[in-house]
Amino acid sequence: MNPFFKFINSSVGKKILMSLTGMLLSIFLVEHLAGNLLLLKNDSGEAFNAYAKFMGGNPIVRTMEIGLLGIILLHIFNGIRLWLENRGARDKKYDSYQLSENTTLQSRMMKLSAALFLWFLIVHMRTFWFHARILGEHDIASLVYSTFQQLWYVVFYLGSLVVVGFHLRHGFQSAFQTLGLRTKKYQSLIDFIAVLFWFVIPAGFAFITIFIYLYKGNAVALAQ
Amino acid sequence: MTIKSNIPKGPLDKKWSNHKFNMKLVNPANRRKYKIIVVGTGLAGASVAATLGELGYNVHSFCYHESPRRAHSIAAQGGINAPKNYSNDGDSVYRLFYDTIKGGDYRAREANVYRLAEVSGSIIDQCVAQGVPFARDYAGYLDNRSFGGAQVARTFYARGQTGQQLLLGAYAALNRQIDAGSVKFYERREMLDLVMVEGKARGIIARNLINGKIESYAADAVVLATGGYANVFFLSTNAKASNATAVWRAHKRGALFANPCFTQIHPTCIPVSGEHQSKLTLMSESLRNDGRVWVPKQKGDSRQANQIPENERDYYLERLYPSFGNLVPRDVASRRAKEMCDNGYGVGSSKMAVYLDFADAIKRLGKDAIFEKYGNLLDMYKQITGEDPYQVPMRIYPAVHYTMGGLWVDYNLMSSISGLFILGEANFSDHGANRLGASALMQGLADGYFIAPYTISNYLASNKFSPVKEEQKEFTDAENSVTSTINKLLSIDGNKTVDEFHREFGKVMWDYVGMGRTKQGLQKALKLLPEIRSKFWKEVKITGNAHDINTELEKAQRVADFMELGELIAIDALHREESCGGHFREEFQTEEGEAKRNDKKFSYVAAWEFSGKPGSPKLNKEKLDFEEVHPSQRSYK
Amino acid sequence: MNLTLKVWRQKDKNDEGRFIEYSAKNISPDMSFLEMLDIVNIDLVKKGETPIVFDHDCREGICGSCGMMINGRAHGPGRGIATCQLHMRSFADDDEIVIEPWRAKSFPVLKDLMVDRTSFERIMRSGGYTSAKTGGIPDGNSILVPKPVADEAFDAAACIGCGACVAACPNSSAMLFVSAKVSQLALLPQGQAERETRVQRMVAQMDEEKFGSCSNTYACEAECPKGISVVHIARLNREYITAQL
Repeated sequence: MNPFFKFINSSVGKKILMSLTGMLLSIFLVEHLAGNLLLLKNDSGEAFNAYAKFMGGNPIVRTMEIGLLGIILLHIFNGIRLWLENRGARDKKYDSYQLSENTTLQSRMMKLSAALFLWFLIVHMRTFWFHARILGEHDIASLVYSTFQQLWYVVFYLGSLVVVGFHLRHGFQSAFQTLGLRTKKYQSLIDFIAVLFWFVIPAGFAFITIFIYLYKGNAVALAQ
Repeated sequence: MTIKSNIPKGPLDKKWSNHKFNMKLVNPANRRKYKIIVVGTGLAGASVAATLGELGYNVHSFCYHESPRRAHSIAAQGGINAPKNYSNDGDSVYRLFYDTIKGGDYRAREANVYRLAEVSGSIIDQCVAQGVPFARDYAGYLDNRSFGGAQVARTFYARGQTGQQLLLGAYAALNRQIDAGSVKFYERREMLDLVMVEGKARGIIARNLINGKIESYAADAVVLATGGYANVFFLSTNAKASNATAVWRAHKRGALFANPCFTQIHPTCIPVSGEHQSKLTLMSESLRNDGRVWVPKQKGDSRQANQIPENERDYYLERLYPSFGNLVPRDVASRRAKEMCDNGYGVGSSKMAVYLDFADAIKRLGKDAIFEKYGNLLDMYKQITGEDPYQVPMRIYPAVHYTMGGLWVDYNLMSSISGLFILGEANFSDHGANRLGASALMQGLADGYFIAPYTISNYLASNKFSPVKEEQKEFTDAENSVTSTINKLLSIDGNKTVDEFHREFGKVMWDYVGMGRTKQGLQKALKLLPEIRSKFWKEVKITGNAHDINTELEKAQRVADFMELGELIAIDALHREESCGGHFREEFQTEEGEAKRNDKKFSYVAAWEFSGKPGSPKLNKEKLDFEEVHPSQRSYK
Repeated sequence: MNLTLKVWRQKDKNDEGRFIEYSAKNISPDMSFLEMLDIVNIDLVKKGETPIVFDHDCREGICGSCGMMINGRAHGPGRGIATCQLHMRSFADDDEIVIEPWRAKSFPVLKDLMVDRTSFERIMRSGGYTSAKTGGIPDGNSILVPKPVADEAFDAAACIGCGACVAACPNSSAMLFVSAKVSQLALLPQGQAERETRVQRMVAQMDEEKFGSCSNTYACEAECPKGISVVHIARLNREYITAQL
């Protein structure tokens, strides 16, 4: 077998693939949050729409977007493959199994949080990305403002962010462990950076959501 | 039978090198044609199998565990001696030789012991190369500590798990050979008989412990490295499965059994806590480096240890032996502890314990330093007793730990049967009547890495071997005899379990053939032991069958052999009318209560020959000649 | 104390297996867990039944033979101990105790609570050594190993090969076991020559044995009787990556 495929199909390689894709997706979240902050501007969404237009029109960004989609799919399929293989590694289950004594809730919930995350991702993309890219609408900011006036969507969105936080709480440090970077020396640094990802970023998204729900109602009314 | 020790001529320090030069060699291209069976995978077994495999022989290694790493060498705690003189305290090969001969109370062969001291330095180098993480100082040099019976620091160690690390080193070397295909490993096989063809050891019968199959294996030479027989006492620090079946069955085929009464009682074990006790746990001798042994000065003092003021404590080892203090050899420390308890100074609820106190060391060095040195041992103690040794002194009491006796071997480590080599604790050769701490690991590895590979090659090169097949009569006969013993055991269907018999037998052994032996006691034991044995063969109950995993059947066979061996120990102890090292006959002691040897009458190795019936062995004597060291009354004062 | 035991009984590899209830009466809190099972077994033998089979040997936590899942925990409640070091004072009177064998595809049950861990052996044989020949070795002090490095190597080398890491892991991964050996030899100067081939071969063998992949839950570290740290897993990962470059 080709050494690369041999590597990537080994148990460690599969985990490395998981961790690298996860890290890239985490970096995307930073970009996404930065863009979303434009929604806070009191300019009827002009800046955000300009940003959305740039993102939709620039060929480099479009290429990267396809790459991102690929990474998401790779992360998902590789994750499912690992899940199935790991399940198969214990053919008979324990009658009594106190995993909660030794592991964190987040680590035990990885598969569940991944599934919920995926569900959220689909809804989220249908709500916004589909309108922007597929239907070619331009005033995405207004779409965001109006969507987040619906309380049920806000609640769903906030709940989903908790799931994202959960997923990253375990996933982020796990990625470093898999890459062999979580050494005794850097453990506390990594745990600190991890807080940015599993707490600060989801909190940032949540803040924007709540802000829009509370203060952007007028903008929506005005536009109508 | 005439026994020849085959000690080479020449000055002591040249014997081994001359002998190595005079030995015959096997051409590297021919080595693959020789098949060697190695039974046991502890330090001696794993190291000899690995080394023979590396030399190119066709090696077959047998183990009753699923992995060589489970062998009981793994449990050795304290360390391994080597006269490297890294501590710059005047150590030398000669000093280690001298300490070992003296420590063994002048009942070991000078030539063997000198060779042991001579090769021991290479063991450290070998283990370092294998990646054994010995303790180091900050500059990266190997660290040493001191052990009982020596006034130099020559003990190399890896925390309190030296045996584990050394065994894992030998295990790794063995794995390398298994991987290379030069050693074939047979897991979960227990050797049940030795097969002899034309007077030579040519194979073994083993039981597959998973499916119960009785299997024959032929070879050109057989090596037994199956450990000691301390479990004859039921309660000992040995692992539960440690047994004497392989050596005992070889004995019944003609191998002489030497000095069986030389058993070592280790002074620092955790005391028995009740009737349910299944085994005893050792606390490393290294603890005596920093721990101080004491009892209350007042008889039957029932105060808590911490409430007994300093001036009401008797640090009896320091009082009796000012120059060695708490680091006297094991036999002395054990005997004194027993004496203190017998005289009513014992502590704890059973009053069968003395204190080992770390308070002073903690005060002097700090708790962290003590944790660093002995952390795992103190944790182990806490786990078992529920008491915190950092707060209260540990309670300790002697327990059977090691057996110096074993199958008789000549200088080449070959038993009285041609082609049967005995290594490690299973042989009798190097420790005399008492083994010094950190010497067992040294002997196991010396035998396996640096001695037996040469002497076995010499044996193979100097003999002609007729082809032997597993189908031939000698093998089928042995298989049949093994099978019939098993069937007999299963058919008894009595009312007492194997463990109950073992416990009863072990109690008699401990009471009459234990630390303090007397003529009357031994005679009583010799009456009781055969009675228990004959009851065993009438009343034991073993459930299950012979065709799958049957742990009761495994135990029963081992205990059956212990019951014959135990009697031999008592016979040997009764015949040896002197005290020496671990063999203490109360009738023979100095005014100060030390062991009193009788060199005129007993300066020999008692090598017992099986007569066809247990209980009536024939004595052969190998006279011990001391050319270098003059036997004297041992003194550690 | 009196206890109810729910013990997994399985005749051999091919048997389905089932739980059977036993009662353990008059148990002293000072007994070890295995001594309690000894007592149950004596009763069983006297009743003419076959005793519960379990691996055990040194009974002082170093040989790595014993190991069972006790109330859903590898080696039972408590940290840093093997099953043989578990004492009955960790339980209360009238407790029900569920006892199961290690469960993993790579550890098939041989009988009752005894499992076949030879998959570990094959991994060790694939590279868990330095190819040092007997004899002809330089003096021990010619290889300097500073204390902190020797200490860390020792921490990894303390592994007893009991399999609790696999048993506790939700993925039945053997990463802690494999990494302990890889890490020990990667840290020491003696292990450098074969550093890359070792990690590649050992991981390949581990995969062939069908252990699961590590998902960094760290259940292994929590249940390891020797407290071996997952830092060694990180080191294995690093070694594995650099070995590819």
